[in-house]
Amino acid sequence: MPVNLKVNGKSVSVDVPSDMPLLWILRDVLNLKGTKYGCGVAQCGACTVHLSGVAVRSCQIPASALSGATITTIEGLSPDGSHPLQKAWVDIDVPQCGYCQAGQIMSAAGLLARNKKPTDADIDNAMSGNLCRCASYHRIREAIHKAAGQSAGTAAAGTNGKSE
Amino acid sequence: MTTPHAVDRRSFLRVTAIAGGGLLLSAYVRPLHAALNTVGEPIADDPFMPNAFIKIFADGHVVIIGKNPEVGQGIKTSLPMIIAEELDVDWKSVTVEQGDSEPAKYGNQAAGGSTGTPTNWDNHRRVGAAGRALMVAAAAKTWNVPESECATASGVVTHTPSKRTIAYGKLLAVAATLPAPDLAKVTLKDPKTFRIIGTRVRSVQVKEIVTGKPMYGIDVMVPGMYHAVFEKCPVFGGKVISANVDKIKKLPGIKDAFIVEPPAPPTSGPQAGQQALDGLLSGVAIIAESWWAAKTARKQLEIKWDEGTTASQSSESFAAAAAALSKQAPARSVRKDGDPDTAFASAAKKVEAQYYYPYITHATLEPQNCTAQITKDGKCEIWAPTQMPGPGRALVSRTLGIPEADIIIHLTRLGGGFGRRLKNDYMVEAAWIARQAGVPVKLLWTREDDMAHGHFRQQGWHNYKGGLDATGKLVSWHDHSIMDPVAATEFPARFVPNLEISYSPITNGIPTGALRAPVSNGQAFAHQSFIDECAHAAGKDPLQFRIDLLSGPAIAPPAQGFAFDAVRARGVVELVRDKSGWGKKSLPKGRGMGVAFHFSHRGYFAAVVDASVGAKGALTIHKIHIAGDIGSQIVNANGAEKQCQSAALEALSHAFGQQITITNGHVLQTNFDAYPLLRINQVPPVESHFLITDNPPTGLGEPALPPVIPALCNAIFVATGKRIRSLPLGTQLNA
Repeated sequence: MPVNLKVNGKSVSVDVPSDMPLLWILRDVLNLKGTKYGCGVAQCGACTVHLSGVAVRSCQIPASALSGATITTIEGLSPDGSHPLQKAWVDIDVPQCGYCQAGQIMSAAGLLARNKKPTDADIDNAMSGNLCRCASYHRIREAIHKAAGQSAGTAAAGTNGKSE
Repeated sequence: MTTPHAVDRRSFLRVTAIAGGGLLLSAYVRPLHAALNTVGEPIADDPFMPNAFIKIFADGHVVIIGKNPEVGQGIKTSLPMIIAEELDVDWKSVTVEQGDSEPAKYGNQAAGGSTGTPTNWDNHRRVGAAGRALMVAAAAKTWNVPESECATASGVVTHTPSKRTIAYGKLLAVAATLPAPDLAKVTLKDPKTFRIIGTRVRSVQVKEIVTGKPMYGIDVMVPGMYHAVFEKCPVFGGKVISANVDKIKKLPGIKDAFIVEPPAPPTSGPQAGQQALDGLLSGVAIIAESWWAAKTARKQLEIKWDEGTTASQSSESFAAAAAALSKQAPARSVRKDGDPDTAFASAAKKVEAQYYYPYITHATLEPQNCTAQITKDGKCEIWAPTQMPGPGRALVSRTLGIPEADIIIHLTRLGGGFGRRLKNDYMVEAAWIARQAGVPVKLLWTREDDMAHGHFRQQGWHNYKGGLDATGKLVSWHDHSIMDPVAATEFPARFVPNLEISYSPITNGIPTGALRAPVSNGQAFAHQSFIDECAHAAGKDPLQFRIDLLSGPAIAPPAQGFAFDAVRARGVVELVRDKSGWGKKSLPKGRGMGVAFHFSHRGYFAAVVDASVGAKGALTIHKIHIAGDIGSQIVNANGAEKQCQSAALEALSHAFGQQITITNGHVLQTNFDAYPLLRINQVPPVESHFLITDNPPTGLGEPALPPVIPALCNAIFVATGKRIRSLPLGTQLNA
């Protein structure tokens, strides 16, 4: 079926099967590889993108639900990697293998969009759907706090997370 | 300080001018065999082992090749740091490029067994130092001064008496005319003067990662490429009898569908008649214009399977066999010291227990995948997220009958490895399917494929008996393990006068493999928990009990191999005691601290876990303290912290809920709903400390993991009085 949608500020038209998930439209039709496949059943969060500004699992949204949708992927979060979360992620050097990190950042961006100063509990709530197999969680938490302007230092300066 | 690898006398350096005015240094070093190769994978031993490239450009920009696969362990940052340090350039002037799999150029390229640092520490230093020596020689010649009057810093040579300076980039033309320095004779820096090694350096690809740049195997695109799925028999070792591929071929978006019939297995030898489970297996491939089309068509796939003999095996049948074997004499004795039976019989106190840990799987977040094409000239070109490209090339070569020299392997970044990608089953599948389909193919497994076709951490049962004398000293030790053999050198071997380690196998068809801290990740839980039981039975402080064990008389270590060093083990136990405040705090009811230590992958690690268990069994981990000794030098302090955190938290994932269950020869769990990974809301603080000792620097991908699980279970015992003898924890605390 033909679908018109807006991805990272650009209008695009695709002709895909009606059940094709947004994840695969992004990756294999639009060649936006930043959004990752991890589980296909909304268990891991690696495919997180924004639909109308809200973080969603792109593996669960079929083409038939996308007409007129506005999508932001990691490639469109900022033009040059300058989103506060991307800068914090680099400063703190969050990733290990890095595979989950686009999804982590998109979930975190969804959180910060509605909650400028999230608490640790807010972070737990917003981020517990995003698996990191390397368990870079201490630094994910730290980077979100840093991006929110409430960091008490950086991991690169030697702290070890503060989730107690 | 001794180094683990001597440099061969035949080592040499080649200097080449490269297009665009740069200079290329390719260094040929021959490291000795790794003293300890715990992964059990081959380490290449070519007569000459070229290990690294340095490219210096006229503008001062330096490119350093990272030769090993990057799985998240940080090796693509840390190995080039070593070269940059000795080359004496600023890290900010360095760009790191990933080397392809080219054994003739780089020697062994592997991410496994925490071997990357120990096997490359010395040769990477020499590679960098040789580059620096060449720059010094070029400057001395330019100025007509003795080399001894020249110093370097930040990619600049200074003639100290005259204070003249010249940048490396201005010396390239002269350097290219000079003889290459002898790698065996180059002068290495005094580690006290290191400016890059030991600092906190950011991972080299972090900016690309946070902006979503393609870099993983799953992201590879090749002109004319199609997408593939591959369905294998859910029962390990099963084969396709027939499949409705003609119907599948007619479905939308499908280019081809066919049965993959692997070459016949060997007719003689131990594997006679059996397909290796980490090679090409029988199955059905579907090739499509998009992966979604292939996956959709797969739903209509009907395959008749010959499930084979493994279909009769299950977790229950293994448990029943283990129970029966536990009552019998062991099949094999691994080690026997003194007279353990008599010592146990006459012990003042006897402790007996059985421990169990299940199969677990790697669950890399990037599912297995590989892209391959057969070129017009019959070569095979592969883009692979693999930890072991060399054995992958050999597997593709012998399965497809293509000479190794005609197999080109590009190394992508890996979305996790943890040992799963030491195997190359996905690589040989992609190569075979691409050839049979006649088009370039990206094969991608589903998560369900990945769960069903793992190479699992071996499960094991341990039947322990410990004998204590009247003073509470451990005088006898028995460990009869089932399925998972214990090494003859494993602690407490040598430290208990009467000891027997024995083993009974169970014949089975379940594929197993190395999983982060292989062998150790399960066995440390069992050994260090049972030692804890002995300590409590002796009425001793469990931490001091361990120190006493490590301080007592020991049987001499074997002449060959990498001997367990009790002094280093004691060092990390004492460090974690001091850092955790062990025994200093009075803890409330329901809260406890547990300790454990373990030696693996050349690293000594101890952990203390501080945990509480609430009324309804709710577990709270207040903190994990880790102390490690990986020698004289941490290469990247930033990466080291990440590896400790990652290992500690992976241990919690193993402990909390991970278990692969076999039913009728196949895996029961299909996705993360049934196979939980730790989530952010479950993460306790992790504090790590290093003991710097005068030993060669060793790796950190694995050895911090093993002591964490027993330290947790030992803390739970203190908190609740309940001894955890079986993993995962699951609902055990709720009972």
